[in-house]
Amino acid sequence: MKPFPGLEYLASLFFLLMAAATVAGALLAVLSTIIIRGVCGLALCCFGLAGLYYFLHSPFLALMEILIYVGAVCITIIFAVMLAEPEEAKEAESRANAWFWGGAALVVGVAIFWGLSNLSLTGAWPAEVTWQGKGTVEDIGKSLLTTYSMAFELISLAILVAILGALAVARGGRSRA
Amino acid sequence: MSFIGLHHQPHVYLVLAAFLFAAGVYGLVRRRTLIGMLIAGELIFSAAALNILTLNRFFAPDPSAGQIFVLFIMGLAAAEVAVALSIIIAIYRNYRSIGTHTPAELKE
Repeated sequence: MKPFPGLEYLASLFFLLMAAATVAGALLAVLSTIIIRGVCGLALCCFGLAGLYYFLHSPFLALMEILIYVGAVCITIIFAVMLAEPEEAKEAESRANAWFWGGAALVVGVAIFWGLSNLSLTGAWPAEVTWQGKGTVEDIGKSLLTTYSMAFELISLAILVAILGALAVARGGRSRA
Repeated sequence: MSFIGLHHQPHVYLVLAAFLFAAGVYGLVRRRTLIGMLIAGELIFSAAALNILTLNRFFAPDPSAGQIFVLFIMGLAAAEVAVALSIIIAIYRNYRSIGTHTPAELKE
């Protein structure tokens, strides 16, 4: 069967779009001074990441990324923003201080990016392997209930404890108010 | 055109993950509200997940191990967000502010 003409071209274009969404979202999340724009940047970044997961042959994870990050995490952060009205404090830092710390953070970030990408571009990676199997949802489910069942139980325990802890911490102030 | 087939190369994904990690560290150092720091932390989690999934896709023969670990990362990130946001709400209730300098004393 002959493939759709220009399929590779379209796929590359879509990949570039998703990578650009990831980068732009991360920049928006980190650089914007208004906090709600940062949350929107995080949502955009996670949307792009879901596309990248799709290109990494994991469509289930792409759906989970959108469901959990865009659907749950970002909405929860927006709830907290509405409850706590975070104003960026203007008075705290002098101008020289702000420039100094901004420059220091920028140097650290650029150094990390340069070092890691240098490592990944020049490192002696092994030859690419082909997958034994497809990595479908069925395979994931089987592995979760056999090989990784202990980790699965532990993470459900961790999430339970986190939910209880969150309820306890957030409730403590309410009884006093 | 040179960008054809870019999505078959592992280096592109690894450089993207490095960028996400660097952006997360920059935000973690630079932000002055707790919610901003939380967002930066989420970026670091995402960088780790993308890195693991890339290495699993290109260099590991077992197809489901990387996906399961990324699922675990997502679960832990969600739990972290829940706890961190409840702490932020509690801090706001006590101090009426969520700048990073406010809870420096931990006691009123």
